[in-house]
Formats: sequence, C-alpha cells, structure tokens
Amino acid sequence: MSYLAIHNLSLRVKGTPHRLLRAVSLDVAAGEVRGLVGESGAGKSMIGRAILGILPHAVEIIAGSITLGGTDLLALPPTRRRTLIGATCALIPQDPLTALNPSRRIGPQITDRLVDILHWSRTDADARARALLNEVQIDDAPRVLRAYPHELSGGMRQRILIASAFAAEPKLIVADEPTTALDVTVQKQILKLIATMQARHNTALLFVTHDLGVVSKVCQNLSVLYAGLIVENASTPDFFRAPAHPYSRALLAATPKYTDPLGALTPVPAAVLAGMTAEIAAADKAWSDA
Amino acid sequence: MPDLYTVKNLRLSLPDLTRKPLLGAAPRIPILQGLTFTIAKAEIIGIVGGSGSGKSTLGRALVRLLEPTGGSIHFDGQDITHASQTTLRPLRHRFQMIFQDPMSSLNPRHTTGQIIASPLHLHGHPNPAKAALAALDHVGLPQTYARRYPHELSGGQRQRVGIARAIALKPEFILADEITSGLDVSSQAQILALLETLVKTLGLTLAFISHDLSVIRRLTSRILVLHQGHIVEDAPTAQLFAAPAAAYTRELLAAIPLPDPDQPWA
Repeated sequence: MSYLAIHNLSLRVKGTPHRLLRAVSLDVAAGEVRGLVGESGAGKSMIGRAILGILPHAVEIIAGSITLGGTDLLALPPTRRRTLIGATCALIPQDPLTALNPSRRIGPQITDRLVDILHWSRTDADARARALLNEVQIDDAPRVLRAYPHELSGGMRQRILIASAFAAEPKLIVADEPTTALDVTVQKQILKLIATMQARHNTALLFVTHDLGVVSKVCQNLSVLYAGLIVENASTPDFFRAPAHPYSRALLAATPKYTDPLGALTPVPAAVLAGMTAEIAAADKAWSDA
Repeated sequence: MPDLYTVKNLRLSLPDLTRKPLLGAAPRIPILQGLTFTIAKAEIIGIVGGSGSGKSTLGRALVRLLEPTGGSIHFDGQDITHASQTTLRPLRHRFQMIFQDPMSSLNPRHTTGQIIASPLHLHGHPNPAKAALAALDHVGLPQTYARRYPHELSGGQRQRVGIARAIALKPEFILADEITSGLDVSSQAQILALLETLVKTLGLTLAFISHDLSVIRRLTSRILVLHQGHIVEDAPTAQLFAAPAAAYTRELLAAIPLPDPDQPWA
C-alpha cells in the first residue's frame, strides 16, 4: 500500500487555460525512494509543492487527488489539511543557505516546529535536536546548535536541514534538488546520508532532481516528467537498461558521462521534441473534451 | 603554439572581514597559494575543483578583475600582474568573460541588442548595433531577439546572449566560469556544442571553469585540478581520465554519480 498516492493531478495558473501539470499520477510507498526527473520548467517542484500545500498563490489544483496514508488531502478542510501535512510530511530544500534564517541560531530553527506545532517540551525538543545532529554525523552538536548559519559550510547546512526534516519522524519527505548547490564530493556524502536516514526511519521519499546520475544512486523507482506530463514510470534498473519512451532515451543521451568517448553528447533531437508536442496536444485535447 | 598566458607562482589573498579588529587591518585568507602554469594559444583548458578551491578566484585574476598579491601573470608577453585600470582598458577587449548566472549578469532593463552592443560602444567600435546582430547570428539566435529583454528568454538563450556579448569584441581569450551549471542537461549539451564550434571557427583560447568533470572532459584538451589553492594535477584530458595521478583527482572522479545503477559508488 502506497503511503503517498497522487491520481490524475492537474494544476493551472489561475484564470488561464494552461495546465502546469497534466493528469499526473504517481505513488510512493513507505521505505521507497522515488526519483522525479525532468528539465527545468517540467513541473517537478510543483508536484512537491502541491503535496506539501505550499503552491504559489497564482496556481490552483483543478482536478485529481492527493492521498496521504489513505486520507484524501484535497477533501479535508484547510486547517485539518495543514495539521496533517505538518505532522506527517517534511521538505529538504535545494538551497541550504536561503532555507535557514540567517539571524537566528541553528538550535531553535530545528526545534521550533516540535515545540510550537507538535507541542513537545523544550527539554525533549533540545535533546532530540542533539540526537539528530549526531545522527547526521555532526560531532560537536552543542557548538553547532548555538552557531548561526553563516558560520557553517554548505555541506554542514544541508546536514542540518536533513536533521530538521527527520525531526518529527515524518512519514513522507520531499527532497527538492537537495544536492544541486553542493560540489561532487560533498554531494556524495549528503546522498549517502539521506539514503541511510531514509532506510533507518522507513520514510517514503520523493526525490526531485534533474540529475540522472544522482537518481541512479539513490532511487528504487523513478518518474520522468516533461511539460507537466509523466512520460515514464519505471524501476531504476529497468530505466537505465532500456528507457521505454523516446524522450527518456534522449534525456539519457544528453547527460554527460566522464567515461564516455568524446563528442558523445547530444541535445534532445527535434524529432523527439515534436513527438512530445504532439503527445501534449493529444493530452490537452482529451482533457478539454472530457 | 606560443603561450597566451604565462602564470608564475601566482598568489592571491583576500581580507577576512568577519575577523577584522575594530582598528587595524583584517587578517588575510590565502586563496591561491603559488600557481604556475601556461595556457597555449587556441587551447581549451579546463579548471576543476571543489567549492572553495579557488577556481573562480584564479579565473578572475586571469582577466584581472582581481589583483594578485604575489607572482606574475603575463598575457601575450605583457606583464598584467599589477597593471593599472588605464593600462588594462585597451587590453580588455582581448580577454572576455562569460558568467555563471545569465540572469544576474544581464541588465534586466536593457534589450539583448543593447547588452551586446554596449561593450562594443565602450571600446569605440564603429558600428556596435550591426556587430551585435552579427554576434547573435554566431550564437544561433534570430536577429529579431535583439529587441527582446532578458526575462523573455529561456535560461539557455540567456546564456547564448552572454556568449554573444563576449565574442562580439573578437577577443583572443574567453573565461567561462561555470556557465552551464544553471542549465538543465539538454540546454547544457547545446551550449557546449556551440562553444566548441565558436572556439574552432573564431580561433579562441578558452578557459572553462567547472566542478563537473563530465562537462570538462567533453570540451577541453588539458585540465588543471585545483584543491585548497594549489594545483594538484595539470595533465592532458585523456591522460587525466585514464590515469589520474593525484589522490584528490581520483576522489573527485569516484564521487561523480554516473547515470548507471551498476556503477560501484561506495
């Protein structure tokens, strides 16, 4: 049974006929890591934001359902929906610097949510923060909890955001390009850390990224998104062995590999893009006919 | 081929203002700690390193946006290490730079035509507007785009405008600082193909800074690996990938996630 089930979700910019997501369906089970891949503007982050209820004001859900642990989120009144999301979901954001408040110490930024929303006691929350920092391999937790974000490196800040995402034992975590801002050696440490934490806590993880290399290392399954349309859902080994959709093949061919012979890199061919345009037009026609 | 750049024992330090005492000078953080290398004419050189390794600082020293604190930089035989702005001004059209973030490096209130033409204007080009249109041709954008503003363009198109601005001056050397890291793989492949063609047709020398070894391999003939302000490896591209000599290079290579679930990645 999937913990997160999205069914035929469509979003659009308010007051326009343009859909940002075109009947997206995907599932993530407890303990599963699902990659969500696509180019910029494909709508990867929009899916994450729709789940967490943090869509931009100009964007509205026009059809479909999002189910968390059997509860249809969109059928709940707003307050109950927010409480449910707050208690069961968390986000690991892309940029670890802008996600932390620069004028506050690290400690309260981790514990605020536990104290204010989940009504933990201060002492319990502080103890939990120290335990979490140890879990994300930060040695001198007491110093780091008193530090300000600018005193820490990018990798360290991302560890803190991971710790804080796992703080309230969420059932589902949305990781939105969590390592894009980091260099490769730090990226490797952070990816391993996310994978370890996810397995230990048996969390459902939706991993949004544009990097197929990263997907092949951390995800069991993946969904490829193009212009708000899911073009392929596959298990990771199947996808890399034999991508089913022409766009998936083109995306894989455009991804640079240092082991490849020189000049092997090809942009997505025009024919594939034309095919995608036709596919989108067909999806939109089916939508407006219905 | 003669050398375009000769860099000897280059050192650069910047003041650490977070530790500056109330009175007196701030302590200095050494960024580049004695780099020696050359860049031959018509060479494409890659500069790789993790964050904080000093690769961008090195790039900015090469085009003299920063002044070195020690050592020397010779550009085409001329010492530019401590050259003044007035001495540099007539040289500047010979070395140009393409920036990482095309949105923040293009003036949002100017059209792309104005953006490409203004450096030409500064350097006293006889017909900046016409040369700007020619530059747009070179980077594969329609001439009608000269009337568009940066926000009307996609990320890949904006980066093409950045490239057009750099090549319009007909420079000999271009520094490209992480120019594809903000783009997705499909536009990245297009931009790399474009750069490669331009370097060949215009006979440019290119220094390409990146933290992504896969991208570097695709484009360059020689690679400098930087780590904590030192050059840890300087080798032809093929040799570096076949037999990386420095431990840090091996670590960098091993950390790259290949799009292949069978790659050992322990």
